[in-house]
Amino acid sequence: MSETKIVDARGSFCPGPLMELIAAMKEVEVGDEVEVLSTDEGSANDVPEWLEKVGHEMVDNFQEEGVYHIRARKAK
Amino acid sequence: MKKILIVGGGMGGTILANNLARRLRRELDKGDVKITMLSASDQHMYQPGLLYVAFGKAMPDELYRDQASLLEPGIEFHVDPVESFHLDNNQVATVSGKTYDYDYIAIATGSQAKPDNIPGLLEHGHHVYTEEAALKTWEALSSFEGGNVAIVTGVPHKCPMVPLEITFMMHDYFKDRGILDQVSFKYTYPIGRLHSLVNVGKWAEKEFDRLGIEYETLFNPKEVDGDSRQVHSEEGSTLDYDLLIAIPPHKGMDTIESNELGTSGWIPTDRATLNVEGHDNAFVLGDTTNLPISKAGSTAHYEAEVLGENIAAQVKHGRRVRDYDGKVFCFIEAGKDRATFASFNYTTPPDPQPPTETVHWFKLAYNQLYWNSVRGLL
Repeated sequence: MSETKIVDARGSFCPGPLMELIAAMKEVEVGDEVEVLSTDEGSANDVPEWLEKVGHEMVDNFQEEGVYHIRARKAK
Repeated sequence: MKKILIVGGGMGGTILANNLARRLRRELDKGDVKITMLSASDQHMYQPGLLYVAFGKAMPDELYRDQASLLEPGIEFHVDPVESFHLDNNQVATVSGKTYDYDYIAIATGSQAKPDNIPGLLEHGHHVYTEEAALKTWEALSSFEGGNVAIVTGVPHKCPMVPLEITFMMHDYFKDRGILDQVSFKYTYPIGRLHSLVNVGKWAEKEFDRLGIEYETLFNPKEVDGDSRQVHSEEGSTLDYDLLIAIPPHKGMDTIESNELGTSGWIPTDRATLNVEGHDNAFVLGDTTNLPISKAGSTAHYEAEVLGENIAAQVKHGRRVRDYDGKVFCFIEAGKDRATFASFNYTTPPDPQPPTETVHWFKLAYNQLYWNSVRGLL
């Protein structure tokens, strides 16, 4: 059974949501999911771009009450 | 008697201890309050100074003071690091075998560079996060005669301006040595721009273009092959180097992880109250938190001031004063004689201005003023 780790990166300008996700991905096992919460508009683009480039799977990507929720599964 | 225990004698712990001692001076003198600090060392190092050591602009012995000399009278100080935390029992046990109980605890054990977490980086890369490494970097920079300089950055890391600063400073250093035309720079960064802060990234891109510094984004170092002098990234690209400068990935301290207080040594922390999640009388500050903000000295400084006010008010009146708003302030060296700065919090992004000589000199002045800052005077 895989687990979902929540990374609350709301209000993060530095290091920022993507950097928080990269750090979190190191801490979980292959198959586990990480969900990033972000208030940064750029996250909707740069997180999926990195996931695709490195080869992890994007599970979900939506905005709710001004917060972006991006969920990814560690693939390797 | 109320007992306040501060674990860690770095910037955050020291400012907090001194702040509390001033606010609770009367209670301390009457014996109604006791402030105890437990640290791993009797020495206090000004860590940002190591960047200057790498260029021969500071000597390591300038960066140290006796920890006891930085503390307000009445603070009990022991070089006796904590081995086990028992937050449910308001107690810690130390390496020497002693037990300390408390009414309030603040954990500020900091972080450590882990170049060994990227295969080959420890053996083949240079960095500025320990005295030994900074001296080796100085040796490497001063003996470099030209070739490819690669800059790689691990995640997470402390001092978020160092990747840019060390690149700008190397540019001017090699220019002064008259070998700039024989040096090719390749700056890499883990995300899709040149710095976490959007405005800083835009500014750096213009500067790099002007100076002829090449860059590659979305580059997370995966391993270093010393035989072929190449760095391979998580994203599948390869970088050639003759001189490899790294900002290594960091972890929290081993004791945090071994006590199961937080994954990778980062303690889950309330972003406003700075409480250890689930513990009303336990607090975290500095690099030790898992907060999504810069691991930087100024972060620890501002958190320490908030905690100083709040813990003192709780001791005196049973209630806290204010929230931490995520404030961070970072100088940015933009070469050998120009600098700017970034100031931001949870809601307001930074807007760095063009670098000036004045800010550079203020940064150099701060390198000395730090000793007043850590005493809680600045």
